[in-house]
Amino acid sequence: MKYILMMNATKAEFDVYAKWSKEDLQRNVGFMRAFSKELKDSGVFVATEGLGWPNEARIVRAGKDGEPITDGVFAESKEFLAGYWVIDVEGPEQAYKIAARASAAPGPGGTPARMPIEVRQVLSGFADLGL
Amino acid sequence: MAERPSDTPLEHLLRELTPQVLGAVVRRFRDFAAAEDAVQEALLAAATQWPDEGLPDNPRAWLTQVAFRRMTDQIRSESARRRREGEIALEASRAPETTTTIDAAAEEDDTLVLLFMCCHPALTLSSAIALTLRAVGGLTTAEIAKAFLVPESTMAQRISRAKQSVKDSGIPFELPTTEERAQRLRAVLHVLYLIFNEGYTSSAGPQLQRVELSREAIRLTRSVRNLLSNDAEIAGLLALMLLTDARRVARTNSEGELIPLMHQDRALWDRAQIAEGVALISAALPKGSVGPYQLQAAIAAVHDEAGRAEDTDWPQILALYDLLKRMSDNPIVVLNHAIAVAMVHGPTKGLALVDALKADARVANHHRLDAVRAHLLEMAGDRDGAVKHYRAAAGKTGSLPERNYLLMQAARLSTELRLVDEQE
Repeated sequence: MKYILMMNATKAEFDVYAKWSKEDLQRNVGFMRAFSKELKDSGVFVATEGLGWPNEARIVRAGKDGEPITDGVFAESKEFLAGYWVIDVEGPEQAYKIAARASAAPGPGGTPARMPIEVRQVLSGFADLGL
Repeated sequence: MAERPSDTPLEHLLRELTPQVLGAVVRRFRDFAAAEDAVQEALLAAATQWPDEGLPDNPRAWLTQVAFRRMTDQIRSESARRRREGEIALEASRAPETTTTIDAAAEEDDTLVLLFMCCHPALTLSSAIALTLRAVGGLTTAEIAKAFLVPESTMAQRISRAKQSVKDSGIPFELPTTEERAQRLRAVLHVLYLIFNEGYTSSAGPQLQRVELSREAIRLTRSVRNLLSNDAEIAGLLALMLLTDARRVARTNSEGELIPLMHQDRALWDRAQIAEGVALISAALPKGSVGPYQLQAAIAAVHDEAGRAEDTDWPQILALYDLLKRMSDNPIVVLNHAIAVAMVHGPTKGLALVDALKADARVANHHRLDAVRAHLLEMAGDRDGAVKHYRAAAGKTGSLPERNYLLMQAARLSTELRLVDEQE
């Protein structure tokens, strides 16, 4: 079963992250690199990406003529996707365990940041409905 | 049926030969992980050389010899390394000769031993599946990765970890003891069943290019049956696969939408596969050792033999589910049994059984509970209730086509409800 683990954060949280010390940033980046390797080594890795920051984010809607209308000023409380992992595991419990590992990524001073990780199932093809 | 690029006679031959060659190499060198690598190299050599040079007289002996040589080379370089490191060892001189003397009687056993090894209960199910497809099925890591929609490096890692687990758990290269045999065979059948299911439940519509796992599962189960022709449950599993797979084309429309059994165009069903499945299960059942796969195959056969959905012999299906329910503790079986009860004794009786399942934590939150309840509520004329449960099921399913189907059932019923309101 495939799951996506999503790291979401508000704009304010991104701004705080930008002010972390060099040491804290290095520790966090090192953790993320090791975490992805861990997923690969254990044979559950499918994909991972980090996303650009919210200040560059735009919401696009089609105008009446089909041309893009962009919107870029967002409420401070809005959450943005910072990055994600897609994993292929035996079931939800294993996905939760892996998400908890990601959540324990080191924050300032090396204590676990305990970031919320949103876990969602990636839909598959046909399951047998039995009808 | 879409043609697979991987369906060439050469690749078919290599897949058939893989377990036989691997078995011979493991038997000789007793190192499963290294033997598996050596055989993969031999297969690669064959795939590149044979198209140009033509088939050797004895393809199996050719492959075995190449794999033996790889193993010997590896052992020699390993002992050379150890000598360089100051260890006095003479392994190289003890390395087996590269001549191929294959004990014909051991050959068939070897394939079975491999299968029991790959499906060992010490492995996780996903490891067992990957290892079985590679070591017994002869698929490449790339093909298995593609079939499961994961990167090749991930599948390679999964296979290498599985091989490591085989090594660590010290599973001997021999057939299970008589005491273990029944349980170990159940594990093998379960893995084959899961491979089939993975293929059957995901190879449709835009995913047609995937290696067809269900066809692969049928091929593997067929070869297991040839090796253990007296086991009625293997025959039952093979029959179940054939009878289910026979409906594959009718299961979706041209838009890739799911069509339930009762609405399928039965003219599209594969008659030859149904005939083979029916013959298999008819021969297996009278043998007396009836198990769950045989019963499920018998149920599939009753469905497949009905010319129209309304001709389905539901009392017989109900009788078969009664037996199956006594044999297994699977709540999904209870759910299917409830449908059969509804078809024979009316939806109210079926709904009572579905309600009783709410107390079972294993299915209480399963989308099929809601889907079946919706279906039975619709049968009972409770459209409001049916809409509610179709939508609840849609919110829980892990399958996109299924979610579309469930939402469309809810939409269809609510349109009908509006029309009724307007008429009143």
